[in-house]
Amino acid sequence: MPELADALALGLTREEYELVCEKQGGAPNALELAMYSLLWSEHCAYKHSKKLLRTLPTSGPHVVVGPGENAGAVDVGGGLACAFKVESHNHPSAVEPFQGAATGVGGILRDIFALGARPIAVLDSLRFGEAASARARYLLDGAVSGISHYGNSVGVPTVGGELYFEAPYESNCLINAMALGLAPREQLMRSAAAGPGNVLVLFGAATGRDGIGGASVLASAELGAPDSEEGATDDKRPSVQVGDPFEEKKLMECSLELLQRGLLISLQDLGAAGLTSSASEMASKGGVGIDLDVSRVPLREPDMEPFEVMVSESQERMLCVVEPASVDEVLALCERWEVGGSVIGEVTDSQRIRVRDGDELVGDMPVAALVDECPLYDLQPQRPTEPLYADPPKALERSAGARETLLELLRSANLASRRALFEQYDAIVQSRTVRRPEQADAAVLELPDGGALAVSIDCNGRRVAADPYTGTVAAVLECASNLACAGAEPLGTTNNLNFGNPEKGVIAWQLSESVRGLGDACRALEAPIVGGNVSLYNEGAAGPIYPTPVIGMVGRLPDARRAGRLGFARARAQIALVGSFSPSLAASELCKLRGERLPAGLPAIDIPAVRAAQLVVRDAVREGLLESAHDIAEGGLAVALAECCLAGAVGAQVELGDDVWEAIAAAPTSSEPVAEILFGEAPGGFVVSASEHGLRELAARTRVLGIGTVGGERLVIRDLRADTGGAGAPAAAARGGSGSAAPPLLEIPLTDLADAHAALAELFA
Amino acid sequence: MKFGVLQFPGSCDELDALRAASLVGEAELLWHGERDLRGADAIIVPGGFSYGDYLRAGAIARFSPAMESVIDFAREGGLVLGICNGFQVLCEARLLPGALLVNANRRFTFRQLRLEVVNADTHFTRACSPHQLLSIPAKHSWGRYYAAERTLQEMSERGQVVLRYAPGENFNGSLEDIAGVCNEAGNVFGLMPHPEHAVRELTGASTDGLLIFESMRAAVGSVVA
Repeated sequence: MPELADALALGLTREEYELVCEKQGGAPNALELAMYSLLWSEHCAYKHSKKLLRTLPTSGPHVVVGPGENAGAVDVGGGLACAFKVESHNHPSAVEPFQGAATGVGGILRDIFALGARPIAVLDSLRFGEAASARARYLLDGAVSGISHYGNSVGVPTVGGELYFEAPYESNCLINAMALGLAPREQLMRSAAAGPGNVLVLFGAATGRDGIGGASVLASAELGAPDSEEGATDDKRPSVQVGDPFEEKKLMECSLELLQRGLLISLQDLGAAGLTSSASEMASKGGVGIDLDVSRVPLREPDMEPFEVMVSESQERMLCVVEPASVDEVLALCERWEVGGSVIGEVTDSQRIRVRDGDELVGDMPVAALVDECPLYDLQPQRPTEPLYADPPKALERSAGARETLLELLRSANLASRRALFEQYDAIVQSRTVRRPEQADAAVLELPDGGALAVSIDCNGRRVAADPYTGTVAAVLECASNLACAGAEPLGTTNNLNFGNPEKGVIAWQLSESVRGLGDACRALEAPIVGGNVSLYNEGAAGPIYPTPVIGMVGRLPDARRAGRLGFARARAQIALVGSFSPSLAASELCKLRGERLPAGLPAIDIPAVRAAQLVVRDAVREGLLESAHDIAEGGLAVALAECCLAGAVGAQVELGDDVWEAIAAAPTSSEPVAEILFGEAPGGFVVSASEHGLRELAARTRVLGIGTVGGERLVIRDLRADTGGAGAPAAAARGGSGSAAPPLLEIPLTDLADAHAALAELFA
Repeated sequence: MKFGVLQFPGSCDELDALRAASLVGEAELLWHGERDLRGADAIIVPGGFSYGDYLRAGAIARFSPAMESVIDFAREGGLVLGICNGFQVLCEARLLPGALLVNANRRFTFRQLRLEVVNADTHFTRACSPHQLLSIPAKHSWGRYYAAERTLQEMSERGQVVLRYAPGENFNGSLEDIAGVCNEAGNVFGLMPHPEHAVRELTGASTDGLLIFESMRAAVGSVVA
């Protein structure tokens, strides 16, 4: 019989163990203890975050399935629902990046098709240490290869994503994957088991010893210190699962066909904690009990112990409940798709999970105790009194000119083109992709009714580290701005809260402030949270990661043909700045390059003003008034302009006149107004291009600041202030025409911009 | 005119091929485990990972019941188009000369490419003009075309090199920039790029891929009937 020491080794506290004994009416046996330790882990029970998550907005007119199911879903019109969710696979990827990332994709896809939706897109959100670090590059290469291997092989396009390199992720990388699926609204499937006497069928891959203890050993504890050159915690490698995308592809097609034929009562994927978690959750949601027999589970290794069968995290498995009369048909379909299918148990009215090994009862637990009665903890937030993160290394002198600064920013790992990554992903399979990566701020996927979905994933962890509330608001607004540039209105949001150890006061503070910001921003945008995931204990010996609430947002636009583009599309088009934009260098990419410390706080954001700007841009894109639209994000106005030029393969003549300086320059006391206007960051600003007519129409609705003309083969930015406090010339002379003698703030050939922007290719050479 | 599109458990682009073929004729999926080609006038072996391709790409698929029928169909002069994995399968089945090796850059790569029509006088390219440049995407890990030197010379002389990557586009390191080849009889054609992903402006960045399907439709009337 196991004792307290065994419980502690499995991650339970003394108090939790005593509570388990009370629920069981005596000490649990080894199998029962293993199951409790997994379901009461942070990963499964959300015991440090559940109280906070309850404060989030989760309902709205578009919500079809809210949090608590395998994924959330929103109504996208035409009788269809879009299921979507983001999930993390951080610790497995830190231990073995290829399989960690690959199985992360596999897991999120199963969440989508468990709901009955055909997966139509994957996006990924990746964080590593600085690009100069050999370990960061090893992890990046492994993770990208893993995502490519798995996503491409199952025939689901990878249409977007994001990537940051920051030192706090050095020993604890983040691998978050998001997937979207489509289903007829009435065909969405739930995971609640129902109908005592109904049969449990396990189908998919055989069960092996891989991934045992993944949810508790890996996902709910801090990683140890790196113990090899690559920093992998080698002894934890056996806890990482191994993926087989061909098995997943068959499993997906089989599941969808089973659902389409109406053969299933409920369906659930096997993820963290394997059979333990899926059977218990199905029973809990249905208010029923489940009896299952581990001797009927097909095994890869014949001598597995019952507890190993119950906690194995072998990939590519699903559990379904079917009526006895349908069993033969279900198994026949499994055979057609060449996936194993076995009856392993039945639904009961006992409200207990009973595990048998043949005739022997090897475990017997109340469902409620396992799933719903894990103690929840209040956080003890404590605002940090000193900096939590080291200053970044200096890469650029403060005295650098505008030209050098822009090129350095474009070359920097956080802003360089992601082409080297996304070229490794199939972005077009399923023939739905209207906007591929780098064509628009959001990925755009055609819907059968002629409309389209737009989807974006984002989070700038450095800004969240500087100010967890404001940084999180900014991340949500950034997603919505991306959607607006594509012409889409948000329908719903998913999130993955990646944080350090919540038992520490400063992390608890980051987490609670961040969730407060998440709720406020989602409420303001009317984009409720329909599902998500929490990944805590992301820290190692060197300290916590940046707090990283990754936001995924799905929106709809009525006409796929009108989807926005980010690149300048036509020479002689007029360029304008619209929106509510007050750029600041605080926590900007430029500050990072300069090696500056994170500020303790960011300027407040006027959420309604940003929202109003998004609506104007969205409507203008939908009406076809704009030829391009791009939101100003990391690297500020100058980087946004460069991106518009590069995406359109055309230059631009930009002139910042008095009206622009007056309208958007931040504090009048700023010591470096040029750097602030060119490279300062804040939500709510957009660079658009249009005909003169288009801009006139737009100007009737909002403030439009004309800043130049598309054309040529270089990006030229001039300072046209009358009062040449900056580097500019007298306005009269400059406005005299192209012959102006005034030196521009910067003038860079497109080829130089492109060379700098391609810097990331070296990481994959 | 009916296209039959093979479906293996690991096929990924079979529905894309089905939709593309539907734009010029009828089209129907054919299950890998069945021998009946259901009266199809032309066969498409689509992209994907047929049976997982953990061995050599296409090495197992060539032995499938459906492929056995396709091999007979091709020997009788029926039109067969192999796209990406389908090209690999047709090479494994010896319906086409040569082999596809791992990309020179050793990575899965997805790019919109320009392809030159080298031979516009085939059943698959007659709707193109000679030396026309087609904009069609490619996406694969194993696309480096290889054949023995003598084979290459014979193929070139017989007009079996149908498509080449335009200068600068040959990312996979194919010999002589070969992107698509046909058999000596001219009724079997394989290419690594994906014409079925270039049939609609909205999602395809070009409609050049339609020319392949239109050529096949026109050819079926003259050859098979």
